Amino acid sequence: MRFTKDHEWVELDGDVATIGITAYAAEQLGDVVFVETPDVGKTLKAGDQLAVVESVKAASDVYAPVSGEVVAANGELADSPDTVNAAPEAAGWFAKVKVANPAEVDALMDRPAYEAFLATL
Amino acid sequence: MRYLPLTPDDRAEMLGVIGSATVDDLFQDVPAAARAKDLFDLPLHAGELEVERELSALANRNRAAGAGPFFCGAGAYRHHVPATVDHIIQRSEFLTSYTPYQPEIAQGTLQVLFEFQTQVAALTGLEVANASMYDGSTACAEAVMMSQRVTRREKAILSGGLHPHYAATTQTIAHAEGMQIVRQAAAVDAEAAVIAAIDAETACVVVQTPNVFGVVTDVTKIAEAAHAAGALLIVVTTEAVAYGLLKSPGEMGADIAVAEGQSIGNALNYGGPYVGLFACREKLVRQMPGRLCGETVDAEGRRGYVLTLSTREQHIRREKATSNICTNSGLCALAFTIHLSLLGEVGLRQLAALNHSRARELRTALAAVPGVEILTPRFFNELAVRVPGDAAALVEAVLADGVVAGVPYSRLDPHAGLDDVLLLAATETTTSDDIAALAAALARKIAPQGNAQ
Amino acid sequence: MSIVNVGRPTRPDSVLAESHASLTGGRGLLQDEPLLFELGGWDKTGVDLDAPAEDAADLGDLVRAGPIGLAGLSEPEAVRHYVRLSQKNHAIDLALYPLGSCTMKHNPRLNEKLARLAGFADLHPLQPQSTTQGALELMDRLAHWLKTLTGMPAVALSPKAGAHGELCGLLAIKAAHEAAGHGARRRVLVPTSAHGTNPATAAFVGYSVTEIAQTPDGRVDIADLAAKLAPDVAAIMVTNPNTCGLFERDIIEIARLTHEAGAYFYCDGANFNAIVGRVRPGDLGVDAMHINLHKTFSTPHGGGGPGAGPVVLSAALAPFAPAPWVVHGEAGLHLVEEAIEEAGQAFGRMCAFHGQMGMFVRAYAYMRSHGADGLRQVAEDAVLNANYIKARLSDVMSPAFPDGPCMHEALFDDTWLEGTGVTTLDFAKAMIDEGFHPMTMYFPLVVHGAMLIEPTETESKRELDRFCEALRALAAAAKAGDAERFKGAPYLAPMRRLDETLAARKPKLTWRPEPDAPSAAA
Repeated sequence: MRFTKDHEWVELDGDVATIGITAYAAEQLGDVVFVETPDVGKTLKAGDQLAVVESVKAASDVYAPVSGEVVAANGELADSPDTVNAAPEAAGWFAKVKVANPAEVDALMDRPAYEAFLATL
Repeated sequence: MRYLPLTPDDRAEMLGVIGSATVDDLFQDVPAAARAKDLFDLPLHAGELEVERELSALANRNRAAGAGPFFCGAGAYRHHVPATVDHIIQRSEFLTSYTPYQPEIAQGTLQVLFEFQTQVAALTGLEVANASMYDGSTACAEAVMMSQRVTRREKAILSGGLHPHYAATTQTIAHAEGMQIVRQAAAVDAEAAVIAAIDAETACVVVQTPNVFGVVTDVTKIAEAAHAAGALLIVVTTEAVAYGLLKSPGEMGADIAVAEGQSIGNALNYGGPYVGLFACREKLVRQMPGRLCGETVDAEGRRGYVLTLSTREQHIRREKATSNICTNSGLCALAFTIHLSLLGEVGLRQLAALNHSRARELRTALAAVPGVEILTPRFFNELAVRVPGDAAALVEAVLADGVVAGVPYSRLDPHAGLDDVLLLAATETTTSDDIAALAAALARKIAPQGNAQ
Repeated sequence: MSIVNVGRPTRPDSVLAESHASLTGGRGLLQDEPLLFELGGWDKTGVDLDAPAEDAADLGDLVRAGPIGLAGLSEPEAVRHYVRLSQKNHAIDLALYPLGSCTMKHNPRLNEKLARLAGFADLHPLQPQSTTQGALELMDRLAHWLKTLTGMPAVALSPKAGAHGELCGLLAIKAAHEAAGHGARRRVLVPTSAHGTNPATAAFVGYSVTEIAQTPDGRVDIADLAAKLAPDVAAIMVTNPNTCGLFERDIIEIARLTHEAGAYFYCDGANFNAIVGRVRPGDLGVDAMHINLHKTFSTPHGGGGPGAGPVVLSAALAPFAPAPWVVHGEAGLHLVEEAIEEAGQAFGRMCAFHGQMGMFVRAYAYMRSHGADGLRQVAEDAVLNANYIKARLSDVMSPAFPDGPCMHEALFDDTWLEGTGVTTLDFAKAMIDEGFHPMTMYFPLVVHGAMLIEPTETESKRELDRFCEALRALAAAAKAGDAERFKGAPYLAPMRRLDETLAARKPKLTWRPEPDAPSAAA
């Protein structure tokens, strides 16, 4: 699993990347009440808005850590947005993206580097 | 001054605590050039007696609707509001409270909003309703904007029976957002003409029933056509009492229903404040503008109500909000809810039936006036008639007999070429004597050759 | 003597003075009250109507076949239902309502009486204009007062609320640019401290929003503004006094830079109460400003509305005002409802009819009651009251901008709560138990844990002191480690804290009958 400074995680399997937000982000946001996931088929560049996570009092943008085409969105989140709080780095994934360039994932932080980054915040 | 509690001693003491010599010191950041040294050129303060005298004099120069036979409708209707309503809305806790952002001390307002939303959903036959908009016309504009968000298309088709002010308001707002508004030519009974204009770019079609000419339409076929093309159907109603008799927008396939709620609980007030009703299908709720009240529980497990789904709104989403709207029409919505709870299912149906009955009486009387042609085939409580010559001139002429004969269509839209069309409404406040006086006055003023005097 | 003993004690027995729960859940004067639909009156009505003379057979199957789903009450039941609900609301009539930027001043009852005169209330907007001359005259006089107080030559009366007024102002600006061939100007500059309606309105009108930075002393950063004023900027939107409760000292320079760059200056007039009768926005270089009649001019907040947001306009923008407007003709006052040849630049209508006449009557009565001298006093007392609160609380709470006076509202941050475990939210909830509605919280966004207190001029010194004493006591309790008081607050309100997460996750927005409960269909 790789991480971004904006608290997204990426898990690459072949050329499909599963993306979500980290446990740190989920905790900071508080209770998640709604997730606006991207449409399947949408093409994204790294840094584009991928999704929006809503808590009661705020809406936070989630950015695509890598470029590619959205091939799946997590439909479970519509009925159970609390999954993002319960299992942010597993069942609480937002979208799967077919990456144009798998090397983009390697350029991201690994877990020790992300945790070191968190310590600086 | 009676509204200012501080005494000179208070002010002196407070300045001492603050550590400023004078109040002017507190305004030190105002550029010297901008500080007004003298009082502005306006009258000085006045006691209640004087203010009342001035405003009463102004009020007395107006001819109140109830002062004689009165037939104006066209988007605002004269109904009888039970005395209880006005008393309750003037209770301190309703009149002088704020938006319920602190739900623990605003359950009065919140429960009323929940009841209001339930009533509006029931009336419109749709699943969810918001806590009200400013009025019917801005609700209509907001519905069109919502259809753009939902369908991601840019074109809206407005029927020829939509109230011209609603069409104009929608055009103003939608134009700003870059939407394309297709406004069909004014036509008495042509809501279904929108069908031919629907294409793959259509976000929504907007029809009105009863429309501005009073015509009642079954819009089911329009709903089917819109949905087949992936567009939304927005149904507008300017006379909320009509929901008590007619098939609801939801039953006919509407995706969004908007209405002017003024008829229930609220006086004519020369055009405002009014209350916009806004309801839609459940699946569209996250794109709905305006405040929403939802049910929940408190820390002790008791049922309570809170404003919810706030992330649609301006104070959170800022530039990505569903609308810039910051307020609802709280007190007017309260008046609506109280009046409707006094009416109940039974009372609203009776009231609607009574309105229709009076309108049938009106139609019979008008049909007997030589030169008057009834244009509205199916109506609730409003009729459009064609008169010989200019309708506005006829209304002015009839005024001399103490009768306000309705609204000339040209008042709403001077460019439609319908200067000979007059819109008349009858409500439960209209008496048989009123109708007789109208018919007699019209007959007198329309000359035997068929031209208005 | 003959002893007359009626057998009842006349003072409380101190042993029994401890509190005790009731048997059925009642709490003295406070009543629990179900929903209208649970009171079950499907066939009940509280009005007596004549029977219709004719039926609706002429409408065939246009008539609604099934039940609507409404509930009715007799008049006594309706009164009881709504009076019980009213008792659960806090209100200005009960105590100081310190909501910053909302201007919760006293709502004079004379205004309610006058708005209800038949000559105003029972007047249809589309009656022949010859029958509404008094109403048009009132609108004209109100317009005169608004223009004189702001030093602006024109006013659009029709916007129905502040945000609606912002929309009107920006649409006028957009129309002005388009008329001059500058339609390519698509950006609006907005300070980071702005109210959410500002960027929301700009986006609504099709503009993109760029933020302007703030200086450490809470004002617009002029250097940042100057750097961002490019040829594609249509307007700036600035609140003055700003949302931190401070007067923008450099406002004239801000206006000058904006105009030099070919842009317009939109001023959010929410805080006009601080300067009414003393400063004219027209003298500051403002091009358009909405005025919240429900803030500065006392029309009631009504639990969330209705408001009114007329917009004063500079000479440059006046031609682009929306219909309708009042003109003086030979036959008297005339309401122009359509953009005609001379006025062809009006951008259209903001809404049906003429605007919030009911609020015009109230606001005009307020203005006439205060007069030029009273209104000036309003601003002075509003600013005095806010500074008094700031002075009385600054030693126990942390003002966000301690140097210099504030205007009509005092802004605190949550630095002083550090280490106590108590948040701004907790503090606010504990204020409820002390009898006060909380101040505005977490706004403006530029200050951490913001607490924005606006007392207004209609508070007595006694009420201000009562308020300060309550906050001082709470501050002391927070610092003394009494966190439970705050974390569980409110304890004494009609309801404890509510689960807003549940309301957002599982939205339940209307009452629905239980599956097998009787409904109107029965």
